[in-house]
Amino acid sequence: MTMMVLYILLVLMIVGSIIAVEIKDLLSSVVALGAVGLGLSIVFLLLKAPDVALTQIVVEIFMVIILIRATLRRDLESSPTRSRPLGAVAAIGFIAILMMIATTSFKDLPTFGEPAMRVAATYLEQGLSKTGAGNLVAAVMLDFRGYDTLGEATVLFTAVIGVSAVVRRIGRKKANRLKGRENA
Amino acid sequence: MSLIVKTVTRLTVGLILLYGVYIVSQGHLSSGGGFAGGVMIALSFVHMMLAFGKETAFKKLSEAKALFFESLGVLIFLGIALLGLVGGVFFLNFLPPGEAFRLFSGGTIPFSNIAISLNVGAGLFTVFLAIVLLNNDSERK
Repeated sequence: MTMMVLYILLVLMIVGSIIAVEIKDLLSSVVALGAVGLGLSIVFLLLKAPDVALTQIVVEIFMVIILIRATLRRDLESSPTRSRPLGAVAAIGFIAILMMIATTSFKDLPTFGEPAMRVAATYLEQGLSKTGAGNLVAAVMLDFRGYDTLGEATVLFTAVIGVSAVVRRIGRKKANRLKGRENA
Repeated sequence: MSLIVKTVTRLTVGLILLYGVYIVSQGHLSSGGGFAGGVMIALSFVHMMLAFGKETAFKKLSEAKALFFESLGVLIFLGIALLGLVGGVFFLNFLPPGEAFRLFSGGTIPFSNIAISLNVGAGLFTVFLAIVLLNNDSERK
């Protein structure tokens, strides 16, 4: 039953992605992208990963707001699509090669629903007694693998600093003034 | 925005912020945690900004303040990690684990959650502010 729902959601998400890429109107494209994110969130919920589902839906909402804000009052022309036969052939060729590599390499992966529990088994057994946190995801993220989370926080920090440095007002005001002086 | 949007926002924005704080503070007990709760806190400010305009949101939390809180979050998290060095290991959970499934349990994990929520919430709101300001300036030209 769950697998059936998963397959239906998968097909819906693929259709939504194709619509998002192919549609001409940018706002409709953003809406289709939001639908794909909602589907992904439901998939995570069905696979019993509520933490990931919560983060996914919340980040998706934020991203859709930003995209709508960026595309709403702007007539961005859709890029002119020329027919490039060589590009299409190359794309199909690459997809075929990747599919061949994937089918050979995915054989060695553990089957769906039966994960290899070499490290995770230790966390599951000793997580509660060692950290005292009821949510094992939090225990793994912030205690056993705290170093990774520190890296993630650093990445976000650097990204925000970079964004606020690039689009800051002071520098742009100066550039505008210089431009005005050249025109005058 | 219209009167309906403003009224609904006035009623809901506090609830959204409160839910974000709840998700952060219960991050070590139920699903959620610093990241999701932080994004919710940022979304409550974004919500207010979309309904009432950027002046109102600026009065509550300006860009410089948001950047300050973001940096503070990262520093608190790094500080918790460095305090583990007192016990000998980076990221050592030096506080007692406490009784499971109580609010005060999990050692340093709740504090790390709060630090990460500060980092994520203030950081994402800063990004939103920067993009909105950039849009406004380019529209005015």
